[in-house]
Amino acid sequence: MALIGTQEEPPAVTPAPAAAGRRGKLTPYWLLLPGILWLLVFFAAPLVYQASTSVQTGSLEEGFRVTWHLATYWDALTEYYPQFLRSVAYAATATALCLALGYPLAYLIAFRAGRWRHVLMVLVIAPFFTSFLIRTLAWKTILSDGGPVVSALGALHVLDLTDALGVTEGQRVLATPLAVVCGLTYNFLPFMILPLYGSLERIDPRLHEAAGDLYARPLTTFRKVTFPLSMPGVVAGTLLTFIPATGDYINAELLGSTDQKMIGNVIQSQFLRVLDYPTAAALSFILMAAILAMVTLYIRKSGTEDLV
Amino acid sequence: MTTTAPTGTPSSDSSGTDVRLTGISKRYGAFTAVHPLDLAVPGGSFFALLGASGCGKTTTLRMIAGLEDPSTGTVRLGGKDVTGLPPYKRPVNTVFQSYALFPHLDIYENVAFGLRRRGVKSVKKQVGDMLDLVQLGDFARRKPQQLSGGQQQRVAVARALINHPQVLLLDEPLGALDLKLRRQMQLELKRIQTEVGITFVHVTHDQEEAMTMADTVAVMNGGRVEQMGAPADLYDTPRTTFVANFLGTSNLITADVLDTSGDDIVLRAADSKLALPAHRCTATARTGEKLIVGIRPEKITLTHADDAGTIPDGRNRVRGRITEAGFTGVSTQYLVDGPVGTGLSVYEQNIERDGRLVPGADVVLHWNPGHSFGLDAAQSIEAGTDAGEGT
Repeated sequence: MALIGTQEEPPAVTPAPAAAGRRGKLTPYWLLLPGILWLLVFFAAPLVYQASTSVQTGSLEEGFRVTWHLATYWDALTEYYPQFLRSVAYAATATALCLALGYPLAYLIAFRAGRWRHVLMVLVIAPFFTSFLIRTLAWKTILSDGGPVVSALGALHVLDLTDALGVTEGQRVLATPLAVVCGLTYNFLPFMILPLYGSLERIDPRLHEAAGDLYARPLTTFRKVTFPLSMPGVVAGTLLTFIPATGDYINAELLGSTDQKMIGNVIQSQFLRVLDYPTAAALSFILMAAILAMVTLYIRKSGTEDLV
Repeated sequence: MTTTAPTGTPSSDSSGTDVRLTGISKRYGAFTAVHPLDLAVPGGSFFALLGASGCGKTTTLRMIAGLEDPSTGTVRLGGKDVTGLPPYKRPVNTVFQSYALFPHLDIYENVAFGLRRRGVKSVKKQVGDMLDLVQLGDFARRKPQQLSGGQQQRVAVARALINHPQVLLLDEPLGALDLKLRRQMQLELKRIQTEVGITFVHVTHDQEEAMTMADTVAVMNGGRVEQMGAPADLYDTPRTTFVANFLGTSNLITADVLDTSGDDIVLRAADSKLALPAHRCTATARTGEKLIVGIRPEKITLTHADDAGTIPDGRNRVRGRITEAGFTGVSTQYLVDGPVGTGLSVYEQNIERDGRLVPGADVVLHWNPGHSFGLDAAQSIEAGTDAGEGT
């Protein structure tokens, strides 16, 4: 770095003093310092604390002690694997729905909206202006028994179909898997649309023309040009949706019943109600490991390693 | 395979015409990008659409490609009406201005794209041959962004040519290259065109490029074709002041017509009497009216005023004083002010340089009347120059 500095200066000037060179060398680290401190205090330290909690035994009255009781992990997994599987299934379904709803919308905004583009983007982000909790509570009202949505779906016999599929029960939507997945889909949709829009918008429209010029029909153009080029957005969007959705507990709490509990609800109740800290910590670690494994596999498969 | 893409040799209709535009026009709201025009591109020729930006040349090209729907008129390719066909059903391919190579595909797959879309099974040999033709055989597995501008340009040509289109459309394909590479690619494209024998329609704003490469040039201005013909014909006998100024440089002198009875029209400009062969005048000359006489700078000879007596008879003469002299190596370019006009341009080859020809010197400009051309005086004398941009 010092070398480059001296080369840029006119030859008549004596080389920069060594001290200045060393300071220049350290500048990037000084700039990194706040971020590193932040990560240490708010990420690394809690992680270490949680790891130690997960191998403790004891009770609130007697106090917890580190006993390297690794069996907690196995016990937590065997007891709560249904909630784990349900979380992954709900999050995956919600992610798929987000992609199915978000892709056409992002495509429309990026290529067809013209001067409405920015207005539409604001509308996509607009839900963020109210709290996550309030919005989910609003869904509770929207999907309430006897409400207009449920009445309409019932009249159209849609609920007969969803009842038969097992995603709703007894002609109601609230407290069913459908309600939880709908809530997850709604809440995480903007996280899908934003990265999708970002990568679609960057595609040169001339590439579409070039594909058409080279005998590709519109659908082939999408399959061979538009979609592959939007892959970074698809991967980023699915990750941004799937990861938080897997750990989410608000939607299952407010829109589901005990039969729709997700792993987030279990962790929350272990921590705050049962006060079994080691199990809660172990569950959190299992969830983190599972998500990390799934995400790594997914990124390998989709061939966009440059994201990691 | 349901597309109408050609599979073999290019075909032309009985008249030997590959592209025929009839009354084709394009309007965007109140703005007319292309006025109704007729154009016939002979089969197997290198055809250039030349004009400044915004003259409608690219729109015309895009209407041939099917990327733009014409407001009126028809596009016929090899005798077949393709006006209503989408781009993917037209037997044409385009080399885009910014190449529009697919960034997620390597060079090989970029070139193979058209063949694969038409269901060709074994593309290996064709792609290999095509990459060899554009001298990029070793780059098959690179991504477009790993190539230089000139190489990307050749990939774009290969990607289009491999489909053996009936017509290859080139939209300012050399615009992004530096001057030296551009000259090299001009020769390269000309070589490829001669080799494959496909009709090329080339859009450019570079008049030198158009003249170097094309067999036929159509000069466009304000959404209209001003003049069309072989480069030499356009250069020697422009029919409008725009063509005279846009294609190279011209000295245009407004003169009064004195006599139209003989083979030569006799005119007067300031104190000079000028002759102009009647067949080199595209406007109707009437005695007492005005006419524009044009002469190219390299056709003029400069003689110092002291030696005026040595100028042979029968040449047009104009007096003037040198205001600027610029040495360019092969020639010296002079600007001369005189009674007939200011800023007259003269190119003298540097064979035997007269040391007296410096700014301030009084000179006589003289030329063979057969080299001048006559234009209608009703047009702006500055059309097509930088000063008259957009007229």
